[in-house]
Amino acid sequence: MSVLVVILGFLVGTALVAAVGRDPANMYRAIIQVVSGFDLTRGTWNARYIGEWLVASTPLVLCGLSMAFAARAGLFNIGAEGQYIVGLTVAQFVAFYGPPVPILHWVLAVLLGMLAAAAWGGLVGFLKARYAVSEVVATIMMNYIALYLSRYLTMLIPGTNTYKTPSFPATVRLGNAWLEGLTNRSRLNTGFYLMLASVLFFWFLMEKTRTGFALRATGFNKDAARCSGIDVTRSTVLSMAISGAFAGLAGCAVCLGSFGYGRVLAGLDNYGFNGIAVALVGNSSAPGTFLAGLLFGMLQSAQPLMQSRQIPKEVTYIISGLVVVFISLRSGFGLILEARAKQLARKGKPRDE
Amino acid sequence: MSSALNLLPSILMMVSPILIAALGGMISERSGVVNIALEGLMGFGAFAAAAANVLLEERLPGASIWIALALATALGALVSLIHAFASISLSADQVVSGTGINLLANGVTIFLCQVIFKQERTRSFRQGMRAGPGGIYPTAWIALALLVAVWYLLYKRPAGLRLRACGENPQAAASAGIDVRRMRYWAVLASGAFAGLAGGCLVLTQTIEYKENMINGAGFIALAAVAFGRWIPKGVAGASCLFGAAVAFAIYVVNIEALRALPPEFFSILPYAITLVTLVAFSGKDYAPRAAGQSYEKGAS
Repeated sequence: MSVLVVILGFLVGTALVAAVGRDPANMYRAIIQVVSGFDLTRGTWNARYIGEWLVASTPLVLCGLSMAFAARAGLFNIGAEGQYIVGLTVAQFVAFYGPPVPILHWVLAVLLGMLAAAAWGGLVGFLKARYAVSEVVATIMMNYIALYLSRYLTMLIPGTNTYKTPSFPATVRLGNAWLEGLTNRSRLNTGFYLMLASVLFFWFLMEKTRTGFALRATGFNKDAARCSGIDVTRSTVLSMAISGAFAGLAGCAVCLGSFGYGRVLAGLDNYGFNGIAVALVGNSSAPGTFLAGLLFGMLQSAQPLMQSRQIPKEVTYIISGLVVVFISLRSGFGLILEARAKQLARKGKPRDE
Repeated sequence: MSSALNLLPSILMMVSPILIAALGGMISERSGVVNIALEGLMGFGAFAAAAANVLLEERLPGASIWIALALATALGALVSLIHAFASISLSADQVVSGTGINLLANGVTIFLCQVIFKQERTRSFRQGMRAGPGGIYPTAWIALALLVAVWYLLYKRPAGLRLRACGENPQAAASAGIDVRRMRYWAVLASGAFAGLAGGCLVLTQTIEYKENMINGAGFIALAAVAFGRWIPKGVAGASCLFGAAVAFAIYVVNIEALRALPPEFFSILPYAITLVTLVAFSGKDYAPRAAGQSYEKGAS
């Protein structure tokens, strides 16, 4: 069903491009170039495009996992954006103040970044479980607190101007010579492996462990879960914390993988909000979120290519937005059909339709 | 102190759009529909206002501002129909459709900029809204008028009572003969119109063009003001003034000697931190409309 929604989104996007007098085929040429590396107009092949596609997809998959993990436990985590920023900010600090030892340095940066983001998310889970504070409102507040806190703290790093820090030491970079070589010097880095590991971890924890079962049970019916001896408070805090860790890892991957320096964020990077779309399309499952992340990463990395072919790159944002709107409409139609079926069943005169 | 007083027009300039959007959010939530799309709807409004003003200011000097605001209001209401249809007619998750609008806002508005103006922003307009006596923009008076109107409508008219009933207990409201869905449609449309107008006010007083990320959280601040203001006009007005002042301080803090020691980020964080702390402190007390966020099914028990 998600496939249908995505196709519908693309159809409207295509119609829009055609309606403003541009050639929609150029949009698809850009997309094909991103996915396969082939430039159909010039007939050349460059593997770097594929690498950049996977680079763009990495934070989207991770933020999608963040949203999906919370969703499975019945929580709406709009806060991936803030958790991403917290992970990114802590990683930046470890980059400058951590021990410049190969491997240990970036491992430490990633671990601490994830830990801080987990705490940031877990706090919202705690407020939700203990004080019944809506996680939607709380995470929106936490997003902007994270943004401005990150700006303030990053500017404390010596040598930082109003938009960037000095360059990171090489020991903290996630660069991976083998992946770079494979993709003609793209920015593809170890963060990609960390993302793949996260997808597996998500699947295993959610589907194969007792903890995952407790989380899903909490998501299905909180009261039933409580009655069957599941600690709902623990489930809520844990799901928000793990959700935060995924988003934090996305922040680390972007900051240590794609950028060679720390950034004083001027606004939200929007990976977190796009992660919501990713998780919705992926139906909050690990493999679905992975594929949806690749899809949205494809749209994102096709933007410059579209722009150079006179296609307004914003059509990609429109497609992602439409997909979310369509999904909300679809779930609405589903609910109505369900309710109607129930009503008919109650009346005791089933009708074939 | 005098420098803080000099800031008053700037503060009112920041407060007005936040207050207008927050009033819209309050109407919607009091009817039972959470509208987290305020941010995106403000973006649509700001784009409509900026584009209309750029295109009309030479032909209709003076009037273009008001046409721009009217168009902003209309576009906000139009886009909010998506949210209303999904969350009321289809009983879909209110947060998902709101998120969809927020995601759409940047895409659609900048896409249209590229089509109309061949660049990633609107062309800058020569003349925004002119400030009135005391350097105070008319948006402040618009906001004040709307505040009084909303209070009167919600608390002094039968329609307001019905609207609030839909947000507290839709089943009871329905049994008293109120068409809950229609009421909620009106409320969401009003919130869209208010948010669109707020976006228009913001762009015509605070900048000279519409560009990506221009709203930059003002809609979410308005959402915070609704919660911090405990869903009543008086409270929402107070919260909006406080948060608007914080936004103004974040920009002008370097000019105020007494506050220069504080980083501007301190004031930027203030609205969000205050709201979060208040939500925790007020937890367990029933300030929020009881049925906000829940869809209403006809005939469901």
